[in-house]
Amino acid sequence: MSTPDTHAQADAALRAAIRQREREAFRNRWLLLAPGVGLIACVGLLPLALTMIYSFLEPGTYGGVTWTFSTGAYEQFLFERDLFDETLLTFNPSYVIIFARSIFLALVATVGTLLVGYPTAYFIATRPRESRNLWLFLITLPFWTNLLIRTYAMLLIIRDEGLINAVLMGVGVVEQPVGILYTDFAVFLGLIYSFLPFMVLPVYASLEKLDFRLVEAAYDLYATRWRVLRRVIIPATRPGIVAGCILVFIPGLGAYITPELLGGGKKLMIGNMIALQFGTARNWPFGSAAALILMAMVVLMLVFLMRRGGRQVGHG
Amino acid sequence: MAERKGRPFNLKSQPGFTQIAWACVVFLYAPILVLIAFSFNENRSVVRWTEFSFDWYVSAFQNDGIRNAAIVSLKVATSATLIATTFATMAALATTRTAPFRGQGLAFGIINQPLMVPEIVTAVVTLSFFALVKQVTGLTGIGYLILAHTVFCIPFAYMPIRARLEDMNLTLEQAAADLYATPFRVFRRVTLPLMAPGILAGAMLAFVVSLDDVIITLMISGPGETTLPIYIFGQIRRGITPEINAVSTVLLGVSVLLVSSFFLIGRKKA
Repeated sequence: MSTPDTHAQADAALRAAIRQREREAFRNRWLLLAPGVGLIACVGLLPLALTMIYSFLEPGTYGGVTWTFSTGAYEQFLFERDLFDETLLTFNPSYVIIFARSIFLALVATVGTLLVGYPTAYFIATRPRESRNLWLFLITLPFWTNLLIRTYAMLLIIRDEGLINAVLMGVGVVEQPVGILYTDFAVFLGLIYSFLPFMVLPVYASLEKLDFRLVEAAYDLYATRWRVLRRVIIPATRPGIVAGCILVFIPGLGAYITPELLGGGKKLMIGNMIALQFGTARNWPFGSAAALILMAMVVLMLVFLMRRGGRQVGHG
Repeated sequence: MAERKGRPFNLKSQPGFTQIAWACVVFLYAPILVLIAFSFNENRSVVRWTEFSFDWYVSAFQNDGIRNAAIVSLKVATSATLIATTFATMAALATTRTAPFRGQGLAFGIINQPLMVPEIVTAVVTLSFFALVKQVTGLTGIGYLILAHTVFCIPFAYMPIRARLEDMNLTLEQAAADLYATPFRVFRRVTLPLMAPGILAGAMLAFVVSLDDVIITLMISGPGETTLPIYIFGQIRRGITPEINAVSTVLLGVSVLLVSSFFLIGRKKA
């Protein structure tokens, strides 16, 4: 009799049918993904590759590029070509300074948002459930409102004629208005104002998961409040802190509106410098190179932090 | 030790944190409230309060520049929202409720790509790309702006839709299929109604981020494609008028309204 044979045949047929269905499901899945992924790949990723090419070309006279290979865009970061002798390069620190300023300002703003945002997130996480949602809503809402309008609102307040100076002079602390606008401090204030919600939310997310029995245990073992905060609470919420710092530092580094309005366009950051190259400076290759360098800095930092974060989890 | 005398030791509280949290909220809202207040100021000055009036809203409404900008904004935001939400819904259906499949990580990465690149980089990169496309094809128009907005709206629309789908119960769909409903019918009569709140929430977020975008629009919008934020940006750089406060207040109001409804929708569980 051929019973084993028919069994085997049926088995094979069944397996083929299952494979067929899996293939179909796989195909359907990619058909559904195609428009969204395709669009982002074409208008989001492809242009990045194009920019890489642009950064190795020469600038066109009226913007755009001419298709001649050149590393001039990258040289321009460090050197200045002599007006009369094209081969003479002198060191020009102005772009390095802009990058350094941007990193510095973004770092200071990150620390600032952490110092203000952490206690706020902690306070929210220790509220009763109902008021917690209200607090979260209050913190999140500004994130969804227009960044330009919020920066403008900040500008209204810190102007020489603004609320802060009016109060200071009214109280009699100062005679003359304190010049806050168009300083590094104004940019710093604006960055904190813009990105504070980015810090509070991830920190809150990890504080919410904190097991307060650990805190209780630490107190039972005679730890002081400060010691509990430093040795128990903060280490336990490290992932949230790292995430918050990334979310503040990256947009801070590439900020455009804040330095443009509050720095008066004179205190340049990388973002303004890049925009300038595609505007009045008409140097697209240099702008492309600057954009790529900014991008590379962001990616490197993300990779570095993710690998460190991964190791942290491994220890836990 | 004094604190133990008054009330019982609270192990969750940390000194000063409450005050900082309140200061935070004041810091976040005070500038906005000042802006709103002065939009109702009768005086031309944005410094001294004189009398309550709606004058600046009236004059903003009668300003052709503002009206045109508002129309462009609505056109772009609506188109981008519709396309982005459709694509995001499809992508969410493909990436949820399934065993990991080949290329899933890649798909996630690409969908979230617009969130990871600094906005200014996206702006200039898109500008270069569109300039090349325009040169090659000779096509112009507002389509480019809509396309650029669609790209960064997709991840925002995708997030709430995906969250909704992940919370959804599979048994209802299985029951419908057991009762001989065709896959299309199951989708139309069961899946789609269940995921509708997620889609609505996603569309709202997409609309808000499109409506509020400045940097990308600033770089790639051509003549006659001035959106409301771009108009405001130009005016601020030229000098401050209470009219701008009025327009800003309206724009803030729209965002707040949409985001509040988003939160209310989100509270209703699947």
